[in-house]
Amino acid sequence: MRYAAPTSVAEVVALLGTDPEARVFAGATDLVPQMRAGRPEPGLAVDLKKIDRLMDVSLEVGTWRIGAAAPTGDLTANAALAADLPGLVYAGGLIGSDQIQNRASLGGNLCNASPAADSVPSLVVNDARAVVAGPDGERTVAVLDIPTGPGRTSLAPGEFIVCFEVDRPPARTSDAYLRLIPRTEMDIAVVGAAARITLDGDGNCAGAAIALGAVAPTVVVVPAATEALVGGPITDGVLAAVAAAASETANPIDDKRGTVTYRRQVAGVLAKRAVTEAAGRAGNGGGQ
Amino acid sequence: MSRIHVSCNINGDDAEFLCDAGESLLDALRDEMRLMGAKEGCGTGDCGACSILMDGRLQCSCLMFAPEADGATIVTVEGIAAGDNLHPLQQCFLEGAALQCGICTPGFLVAAKALLDRNPDPTETEVRYALAGNLCRCTGYDKIIRSVLDAADRMKEEVAG
Ligand SMILES: Cc1cc2nc3c(=O)[nH]c(=O)nc-3n(C[C@H](O)[C@H](O)[C@H](O)COP(=O)(O)OP(=O)(O)OC[C@H]3O[C@@H](n4cnc5c(N)ncnc54)[C@H](O)[C@@H]3O)c2cc1C
Ligand code: FES
Ligand code: FES
Repeated sequence: MRYAAPTSVAEVVALLGTDPEARVFAGATDLVPQMRAGRPEPGLAVDLKKIDRLMDVSLEVGTWRIGAAAPTGDLTANAALAADLPGLVYAGGLIGSDQIQNRASLGGNLCNASPAADSVPSLVVNDARAVVAGPDGERTVAVLDIPTGPGRTSLAPGEFIVCFEVDRPPARTSDAYLRLIPRTEMDIAVVGAAARITLDGDGNCAGAAIALGAVAPTVVVVPAATEALVGGPITDGVLAAVAAAASETANPIDDKRGTVTYRRQVAGVLAKRAVTEAAGRAGNGGGQ
Repeated sequence: MSRIHVSCNINGDDAEFLCDAGESLLDALRDEMRLMGAKEGCGTGDCGACSILMDGRLQCSCLMFAPEADGATIVTVEGIAAGDNLHPLQQCFLEGAALQCGICTPGFLVAAKALLDRNPDPTETEVRYALAGNLCRCTGYDKIIRSVLDAADRMKEEVAG
């Protein structure tokens, strides 16, 4: 294996063009354990952490730009970001230990393409976009369209993510993320559920997005839950419909972390609770 | 393949070493720099025995490629005492019997130092969360947590003087 630490996006594009075995990395918190487990080393490991655009977290004209290689510890330490996107920042703070959060990035979490990646449902409910660089320049693509299956993404060879763009939530809007693990810390989600809710001036639901992790080959959205929510007050009956829609959408596998039946049930419970938490914050003014 | 030359600062001293691109920083610290404090428990980020500070941030050196250290400032457990004077955390671990086999201890000390550097007055819950990335097979954790809380008290008294 060779190692390179370029300082610009253009240099990364050029390096990836020279070697088909090249791989970008940020924290290497997925890459190194996979190498230790016997997966082949990349021919060239391209460290993204020396590039400002990949590391910066900034707010510009109503849009957050989160560098794809920024460690999630930089997100949890950013009070303005946490006020705007509390669910996303909370999800970043669930990834591993402090040691891991000083390295783990959103770009790595998404592109490793584990169905259980904790930050991805929150990126999705907040309509996050990925700015992708490659040999043909840069393009912007919805985060939802990046993962295509466990360990697989829609990125073309030579492409990588520079940063994520997330618009500041409108008034009376907030998000939440909940995951179930058998321990308090340091485990992989059995189920994860993210919600983003917008209320109108009367407390009725004016906008809703729900996404689930760890219950399908990729993150999944739950349009039927949005339909149940939008246009009225968030009553117990509506929450029951949200839970039913989430359980219905979940398409999990049986594994040592949980059975299909259990995961479907928990998907419903967590979706309902995430909606309640997001709506509670939205009712208190939300992000702005 | 030619080896990579890395210049960095380790525990206050300028240091240089040669490493392979795929070598972990943990291996470079132990094999090239002969700093045996950081340990390899798992090699996959789970146990924290390899914890170090790089540019002030707590990280698992087993997950870092050694060339990443170029230009960085590193603190290992060897660097936390002031000369012959043990760090209050080290003293409290000794007095509180917070170690048995000792494999996990360097990682716990570095992680606890990172916590106390940013939060001199942590609650027990905060200590437990901050040390969640460090595993110990021997002690049952309780003595470790007590010792960190004792060290925090001692350091506050020293500041108050
Ligand atoms: C002890 C431990 C606990 C963990 N706990 C959790 C947890 O609770 N929840 C969770 O979701 N994950 C967890 N993880 C997994 C991992 O930490 C996360 O997925 C993390 O976000 C990966 O980020 P990274 O920067 O380290 O990725 P890397 O390992 O650097 O990269 C991962 C993959 O993504 C690719 N990649 C990285 N950046 C980009 C980019 N900008 N563009 C394109 N491709 C890219 C790499 O080529 C590689 O294939 C844990 C890992 C460990 C070791
Ligand atoms: S050896 Fe690095 S975390 Fe276990
Ligand atoms: S003292 Fe033996 S592992 Fe902690």
